[in-house]
Amino acid sequence: MFFWSLVLIAVGIFSSFIYGRSRIKLNSKKQGTKSKSLPNYYAQYVLMWCLFPALIVYFSWAIFQEQIIQNIVISNFEYIEGAVYNEGLLLAEIRNVANNPSFADGKSIEIINAAAHYSSLRQISQISFYTSIIIIMLLGALYASQKLKPEFHAQHTIEKYIQYILIFCSSVAIFTTIGIVFSLIFESLRFFAEVSIFEFLFSTEWYPFIPIREGQTAAEGSFGAVPIFAGTFLVMVVAMCVAAPLGLLTAIYLAEYASQRVRKIVKPLLEILAGIPTIVYGFFAFVSVAPFVKAFGQSIGIDASPTSALAAGMVMGVMIIPFISSLSDDVINSVPQSLREASLGIGANKAETIKKVILPAALPGIVGAFLLAISRAIGETMIVVVAAGTAPNLTGNPFENVTTVTVQIVVALIGDQEFDNPRTLSAFALGLVLFVITLFLNIIALQIVKRYRERYE
Amino acid sequence: MSNSKILANGVDVYYGSKQALFGISMDIKEKEVTALIGPSGCGKSTFLRCINRMNDLIEICKVSGSIKVDNEEIISEKTDVVSLRSKIGMVFQKPNPFPKSIFDNVAYGPTIHGLVDSKNELEEIVHSSLKKAGLFDEVKDRLNEPGTSLSGGQQQRLCIARAIAVNPEIILMDEPCSALDPIATAIIEELIDELRLNYTIIIVTHSMQQAARVSQKTCFFHLGELIETGETNKIFTNPDNTKTQDYITGRFG
Repeated sequence: MFFWSLVLIAVGIFSSFIYGRSRIKLNSKKQGTKSKSLPNYYAQYVLMWCLFPALIVYFSWAIFQEQIIQNIVISNFEYIEGAVYNEGLLLAEIRNVANNPSFADGKSIEIINAAAHYSSLRQISQISFYTSIIIIMLLGALYASQKLKPEFHAQHTIEKYIQYILIFCSSVAIFTTIGIVFSLIFESLRFFAEVSIFEFLFSTEWYPFIPIREGQTAAEGSFGAVPIFAGTFLVMVVAMCVAAPLGLLTAIYLAEYASQRVRKIVKPLLEILAGIPTIVYGFFAFVSVAPFVKAFGQSIGIDASPTSALAAGMVMGVMIIPFISSLSDDVINSVPQSLREASLGIGANKAETIKKVILPAALPGIVGAFLLAISRAIGETMIVVVAAGTAPNLTGNPFENVTTVTVQIVVALIGDQEFDNPRTLSAFALGLVLFVITLFLNIIALQIVKRYRERYE
Repeated sequence: MSNSKILANGVDVYYGSKQALFGISMDIKEKEVTALIGPSGCGKSTFLRCINRMNDLIEICKVSGSIKVDNEEIISEKTDVVSLRSKIGMVFQKPNPFPKSIFDNVAYGPTIHGLVDSKNELEEIVHSSLKKAGLFDEVKDRLNEPGTSLSGGQQQRLCIARAIAVNPEIILMDEPCSALDPIATAIIEELIDELRLNYTIIIVTHSMQQAARVSQKTCFFHLGELIETGETNKIFTNPDNTKTQDYITGRFG
């Protein structure tokens, strides 16, 4: 149904375009004056008036149709005295019968009646849907065609409409973000209604278990997220220890020493690193790096677990190298050549120039790159799920199992769970913390960049 | 000639396959201001940048021929570019102070060359360089402010102070006033006149009045060739070459 209506709309906009074009030509010929804008703009004007109202109708139908029909069916349902109904199950049954009459066997007469009602409502809805689309398109075209006079500035109006469209598109992203933030906040509030926020933020015991049966006391959960934050931090530090020097030095080589040819080859190669799916990194970490770390730990007398913060952090470090190297390379490259010339012109050599002039000038951008890499590391999931383990260990020893915020969110959401207990709701609280941390990182990054920019320009 | 500071002989420069300079030969005297003039793209800046090997920064640029500074060949693999550049300061077209404080801008050269042993000594060099560049009185109370906070003319004088802080013998100036207003230009020109007493100065300029005002020798470049060179007075009043005549009188360029 919705496919054919799209075809209908396509036909509508095509003919409205042709109509608008020929109509304005005709009108301006009749009046003997040249139109203010090119004929195509008038055609686009008619097209927009035809298209957008139709789209609004289309989407509101797509969103509300099923809901409204279901409400009508349910409210007209002949309930049998004394029987207990689950509304969701009932609806599913009615829909099944309506879509597939062979399911009708053995169903009660009420259900079969309701199914018939449902089908007829759908039929009515479909017909009125097509009709209203056609009517609204005609109305739009009619309204627009009244304006098709040579003295009408179609181009200005079109540009205004285009601006509205652009504003709409950008606000989609913004409102989505706001929506996500609010859902995070509200679900977290539900979590904090059951678990005190102090326990969550400061207690060091994380046993996210809930009693399965009433009165089961053995598995009373506790939700102290400190070990999780500590684990996240530990993995992030390991990752940055790998990525910061490698990435920055790579960037310096690429920007200052490498010839154009080398740069053209190496930079895209590095960026491929960022394109490898993180799950691939994950099993690389688990299969290759973690056993190596364990063996290494044993050789120096430390008892390493098969999955460890070190293994996950190292691989994550490799993953974020391109973030740092690529961004820093761009930043270093954008340091004005005149500064390089000034320094070299005084007789500084290359290393002095880089150390004393270029890096300080590029510092804000480099800090920005680092912070971006950090927030990427904190938000990374797959590598740590596979390679860091799931045990909430409060430890500073990178050879041990740790767990991170993202891993715990995965763990909380695995399985068929309703969102009505602290275990699953904890995912939202953890998500909120993650969001707040990355938000702060971004704000700090922006502040640093801004302050240095004021000083340097 | 005894007091010739820079002696260029048959200098050719190629950018890739395009030849930018054709057999430039020139003799630059000590403690004089030599102006290089000519229409845009005639190679005067390219020649200037040969003298302190700044063209090395451009990958596709090839320089051949001979340039001798104090009788030492500098167009050679063996040349110590770092010490050459500490002997030859450069001031660029656009003021390019480092994003550091005024003090650190001037202190940069002496520090990297290890010219000073103590803080006091460094301070002395910085102050005297700023004084020589005629900037000290304007900035003495705010030496810790960023160099980029100065006005364009002040920035350019800061760059001059930065260049003379390493005690060079030669100063190359690549259109030092093209980004400045007339008043700042006049101040810089006066400064050049004073600096002449201690330094050999080569200045590239688009303004013929400026060349006439500040220089003793003038060289006229056209399409990569050195057309005429001589006393500034003579070049501007009675040039030998008709092309020079045409350029001076504004018939082309």
